Amino acid sequence: MEDGGAEVALVDSITSALESMPGGGIILTSLDALADWSRGQSLWAMPMGTACCAMELIAASFSKFDFDRLGTFPRPDPRHTDVMIVAGTITKKMQPAVRRLYDQMAEPKYVVAMGNCAVSGGIFYYDTYSVVRGVDEFMPVDVYIAGCPPRPEALQDGVLRLRELIHTRSLSEGRTYERDLTLPGLDSPRAGTTDAVRPIGDLPSADGTGGGL
Amino acid sequence: MSAREGESNLEYLQRKLCGVYPDLCPMFSIEFADCVLAVPRTVLHGAAENLKALGFERFGFVTAVDRGEDFELVYRLQSSRFGAGIFLKTEIARDEAAIETMTDLWPAADWQEREVFDLFGIDFIGHPDMRRILLADDWIGHPLRKDYQDDSVIPRPDYI
Repeated sequence: MEDGGAEVALVDSITSALESMPGGGIILTSLDALADWSRGQSLWAMPMGTACCAMELIAASFSKFDFDRLGTFPRPDPRHTDVMIVAGTITKKMQPAVRRLYDQMAEPKYVVAMGNCAVSGGIFYYDTYSVVRGVDEFMPVDVYIAGCPPRPEALQDGVLRLRELIHTRSLSEGRTYERDLTLPGLDSPRAGTTDAVRPIGDLPSADGTGGGL
Repeated sequence: MSAREGESNLEYLQRKLCGVYPDLCPMFSIEFADCVLAVPRTVLHGAAENLKALGFERFGFVTAVDRGEDFELVYRLQSSRFGAGIFLKTEIARDEAAIETMTDLWPAADWQEREVFDLFGIDFIGHPDMRRILLADDWIGHPLRKDYQDDSVIPRPDYI
């Protein structure tokens, strides 16, 4: 991701071969449509429910609102999922864990910031020492959903918007507007901490000292 | 060994406490229909030991209040024998914010005292694992102190 969007190797070679072929652009366009359709129809969700928005996320998943009919299905493993739905307040202590889960998701991956806390910190924007002011401080966000909390319909609308966004993507590099992914990483100092922030791989040792995840 | 006719739980507790530990009796009061035992810091641990022996087998919580020049520590102890709880209070100076731990009497005090240490910077002497519990280990300062400084905090403007 950091070095210019490393996609699956086979797809990369197919698109570059097609672009150099006469008439290959037509095939590439059809291939794009097929890939966009298949990616957008089955967005398995990583539910990052940390606060009250998670109740609406759960309500959206169950029978009354039935997220499954949109192909969105909650899976508790980042390696199985396409979109992370951040539903709730992210504290500064939680931030490295969320980023770590995001890094474990396979490309292509998307992030939906659900609710005011995930969008901007919400009611914790002012006078709070412990809350990250929006998940876009440490992750690229595709869709923002306002509300405190948003209704399940709003969340489902957000996923449909994400599907529209995916339909504008191309398999070929340079055909899609790429987001600026140069975000402050975990190496940059967080508020309230020293300059020496622990690296992401620094897990607690066996005796319980060090680390903090 | 039980409350007399027409005697409330609190009155029964007061009678037992003053009967068994007359030293603690002058520090005892009933405020807002609840028992308060405000003791000097030097006798806090001994008073807690006495209360436990009297029948306060449950440690409710410990918290602190920043009163500017000093901190007030507030312990909540509960007893099924008296059907009542008691607030055990003491005051400690700001520049030497330390107090004996209660983990030797009630193991439940462990995480509670770590939280008070984390947010108020009060050291609990003799605690087995005095680390931060809520904030990151490399956090600087103790946020619930009135003089806590953090540049990342955005003050709320007047018009909101």
